Amino acid sequence: MLNYIWGFMIIVGILFGALNGTIPDITDAALNSAKDAVTLCITMTGVMSLWVGLMEIAKNTGLIRSLTRKLQPFIDFMFPNIPKGHIAREHISTNIIANILGLGWAATPAGLKAMEALQELNKGKNIASTEMCTFLIINISSLQLIPVNVIAYRSQYGSVNPVGIVGPALLATICSTLAGILFAKIMAVKK
Amino acid sequence: MQILYYISELMIPLIIFYIVGYGIIVKANIYDDFVKGAADGFKTVIQIMPTLVGLMVAVGILRASGFLEFISTYIGVFTNKISFPAELVPLSLIRMFSSSAATGIVLDIFQEFGPDSKIGTMASIIVSCTESCFYTMSVYFVAAKVTKSRYTLAGALLATAAGIGASVFLTNKM
Repeated sequence: MLNYIWGFMIIVGILFGALNGTIPDITDAALNSAKDAVTLCITMTGVMSLWVGLMEIAKNTGLIRSLTRKLQPFIDFMFPNIPKGHIAREHISTNIIANILGLGWAATPAGLKAMEALQELNKGKNIASTEMCTFLIINISSLQLIPVNVIAYRSQYGSVNPVGIVGPALLATICSTLAGILFAKIMAVKK
Repeated sequence: MQILYYISELMIPLIIFYIVGYGIIVKANIYDDFVKGAADGFKTVIQIMPTLVGLMVAVGILRASGFLEFISTYIGVFTNKISFPAELVPLSLIRMFSSSAATGIVLDIFQEFGPDSKIGTMASIIVSCTESCFYTMSVYFVAAKVTKSRYTLAGALLATAAGIGASVFLTNKM
């Protein structure tokens, strides 16, 4: 899958650039994007170390376990095949809560750890497990309650009512998440 | 509104304070735990770094070529019929690849049409209810060393479409 998407983006980009006269821009874009990726990783390494470090403390003091318990019914419903007490439950719970609160910097580390834990249950196969599919679909369906960034940009650009979009955005988020959950559930049962 | 900003500013220090404070109260080995976790987090990022380079280069090439704008003008002819403004087609496409690129486009839209215009409002809602699905999928699957993603993309696109559909509907109702 990724082979095609990745290859498609590059081939189409270069071919179209040649026809469109944007070849010089493409060279710049390729080199700068590679540099940006490394810069991003360096920032992310710091954030990730900080967050996973804090999570290790929270895990050993039992904070995460009490958090996981609150989300238990939801996790049981969405991921019936993850054994009780497995570490994947903790990472998934942390990721979902961080996403709901809009803490992207905390959601990604927990999400990556969740995928590693799910892969452990998947016994290292290179085919995604049903749990992985469900987890990613929920994740991508967007869970954020209050789009703080968007509100900030709106007020920066002189909106009369920057928070006016909070209600509709929440409704739209609920729609996308419900669609995702429904689809993931149907596909999981079908298997 | 002020309260909202205040809460989001306070959130991170509060979480750190709570975790560390609780660790001290229960007399956990907090510093050693932190360092152990930090090393773990470090390793995860290093693992996904090559993927990120590959992915961002591909997205960069596609954006620089002008292909997305080209496609948008054609898709725009159809989307106008379902009261979806052509100006928002590039945003919807790029949103699926990169959050920061999408933010750039939203700011352009705010600049040109104003955040309170119909297009500005719709753009605000769209970016609020969607995620960068290609980016998230590739990074997460690489972390798990999975190459076959089965129906994940279909589900992700469906959720994204539902979000965009809801954004258009709600904006037209506002």
